[in-house]
Amino acid sequence: MAQVFPAERELRRVIGAGHSVPDRALEGVGERELLELYRSLVLLRTYDERSVVYHRQGRIGTYAIFWNHEAMQAGAVHALEEQDWIFPSYRESAIGLLRGMPASTVLSWWRGHPAGWWNPADYNVASICVPIGTHVPHAAGLAWGKRLAGEDAVAIAFFGDGATSEGSFHEGANFAAVMRAPLILFCNNNQWAISTPLDAQTRAETLADKAVGYGMPGVRVDGLDVLAVYEATREAVARARAGDGPTFIEAVHYRAAPHATADDPRVYIDLERVEEERQRECVGRYERYLRRLGVLSDEQAEQIRGEAAETMRRGIAQAEAEPAADVALLFEHAYADGRVAFASELAELRRLTGGTEAVEPDEGPEVQV
Amino acid sequence: MPEISYREAVRDALSRAMREDDDVFVMGEDIAEMGGSMGVTQGMLDEFGPERVRNTPISEMAIVGAGIGAAMQGMRPVVEIMYEDFLTLSLEQIVNQAAKHRYMSGGQLKVPVTIRTQGGAGWSPGAQHAQQLEAWLVHIPGLKVVFASTPEDVRGLLWSAIYDDNPVVFFEHRTLYGIKGEVPEEIEPIELGKARIHRQGEDVTVVATGRLVHEALAAAQEAEAQGVSVEVFDPRTLQPLDERALIDSVKKTNRCVVAHEAVVRGGYGAEIAAVVQHGAFDWLDAPVERVGAKFVPLPFAPVMEEFVVPHAADVLEAIYRTVGRTA
Ligand SMILES: Cc1ncc(C[n+]2csc(CCOP(=O)(O)OP(=O)(O)O)c2C)c(N)n1
Ligand SMILES: [Mg+2]
Repeated sequence: MAQVFPAERELRRVIGAGHSVPDRALEGVGERELLELYRSLVLLRTYDERSVVYHRQGRIGTYAIFWNHEAMQAGAVHALEEQDWIFPSYRESAIGLLRGMPASTVLSWWRGHPAGWWNPADYNVASICVPIGTHVPHAAGLAWGKRLAGEDAVAIAFFGDGATSEGSFHEGANFAAVMRAPLILFCNNNQWAISTPLDAQTRAETLADKAVGYGMPGVRVDGLDVLAVYEATREAVARARAGDGPTFIEAVHYRAAPHATADDPRVYIDLERVEEERQRECVGRYERYLRRLGVLSDEQAEQIRGEAAETMRRGIAQAEAEPAADVALLFEHAYADGRVAFASELAELRRLTGGTEAVEPDEGPEVQV
Repeated sequence: MPEISYREAVRDALSRAMREDDDVFVMGEDIAEMGGSMGVTQGMLDEFGPERVRNTPISEMAIVGAGIGAAMQGMRPVVEIMYEDFLTLSLEQIVNQAAKHRYMSGGQLKVPVTIRTQGGAGWSPGAQHAQQLEAWLVHIPGLKVVFASTPEDVRGLLWSAIYDDNPVVFFEHRTLYGIKGEVPEEIEPIELGKARIHRQGEDVTVVATGRLVHEALAAAQEAEAQGVSVEVFDPRTLQPLDERALIDSVKKTNRCVVAHEAVVRGGYGAEIAAVVQHGAFDWLDAPVERVGAKFVPLPFAPVMEEFVVPHAADVLEAIYRTVGRTA
């Protein structure tokens, strides 16, 4: 039987704000986990800030900044188990770091080096999706497939507010609901799609309202509150694992950095609102929360920041030490068995690059392309 | 004659049509305050307001579909798909709807929508942001397809596309936006289906589109210095193709090279080669040579991207192959 799930309107919060909003306790989370979350936040923040510098220095290409999006990424990923799959958009390019991916891999991705192309199955982190929303159906299908295979794994798809206008978002969400796929639809509502504000994207009062139409719960959380995100995702994961189908999570905040390194938001954004948002910046906010709890000492904070900085230093050094890629990889990567099919182009390439490696056209089976 | 950039030329055609004609309006992603991802519509919001310079949700299918709907009831919408790679999301509307409405209404319905989009390599945007997909749409009866290479052409052709009663897919090339050229004071519409010969020559006709027109002109200059006289032919409208002018040119030069940035295999150049071999078979002194991208997705790394897409040197080599020379 179909069920009606009224969407929540209130933003869920755990971390308080001043005297008016007190901190809330979060069940089932110990000191160790609190510190793990902090470590993840700092790692992502450091990655992002260093990347902007690397971009300015010409060491990586155009880069999609995720400054102040760290709480959503870290909060959600901590609610997952290792066997669960993550489907990132360009905004979550470094989310693999939370799954043990080396920083050099992500940096290589942004450097356009093949060393940046990880195998999704190594981390259960899908390839970064650049076209808007087109990965939502993949996540729905993977989640459904896991259920059919009897595996205990869920999937989470990250996408933006703007992505909810795409057909693939709608079709993927509806499909997952109908199939009861164990999927979490995680919407990073930063209220901007490049220069297009949310009210030009939807007339719905909240994005979570859309969940009602799909017959799935829709919840709203403060996107800068890592614990609220963690809690909401944990609930959605439990639902998915129990076979009750997908959940839509709308994490609300306001984009406080440019869309990407090539963007100048001053022509369209509300700069005062940006300033306000910077004041609520998610890493510092969590840090203050931990200090109120007496969980984080100065030395620990210093050490965690130092580790993250070191990870990035090593990451960029490793990425830059990668030998120049063999251009023949272009052909090898295009098809599972492509090398032979491109013998003539490969030979041409060898001629141009002065190489001597001969490629016989009749080596192996012909590939019909 | 004033000198303007390709970008300004597109804007000028849009703005003049909108000034003269209330039926013309533009819509697309981030085209209002931001002026589009390539700055083409910058300033138009101030002049025409948000109803006629319309930011849309990120919904390529609806952008084209709504353009079709508005066109069906008499408007002349110009819709923008931010990157031609994302035509993919609107293909149902272009292929099965825009291209078929007239036919399936027994010739009674008009769909005068213009679908502007841009693409192209040369700035390293990766595999999903720089493709050249014009060949797909040339293959669809019911559509006209334009690919302009100079400021003057882009302005005159866009004007004609807007006022054409058929759906027109209008390709612009990312790296051409900055190039400058002289244009007439008043817009001179350029008939769709009329080619342009950029340079007369005697020995080889190079048929080039988009960015490759400029690469072909550079190659022609070098060839000239080596005593090979090259004609550079830009069809400008890919559908319908100016077959007469093409065949005449090849009958004069007896040799033909086709050059586009899109991948060679299955590219528009194959159509050109077929038309040439059929129309000028007895005049050909060499096989038609094709120049284009290698058959791989575009790489993100600049050096690799440069390797995959063609440049003037590739056109020059092809020219020399047709005249039996080596560089
Ligand atoms: C299908 C498609 N259309 C358009 C674009 C161009 N584009 C890149 S990012 C973007 C805005 C996306 O906004 P949102 O979904 O809110 O995500 P955010 O960037 O805010 O994280 C657009 C329109 C694209 N990448 N893919
Ligand atoms: Mg957004």
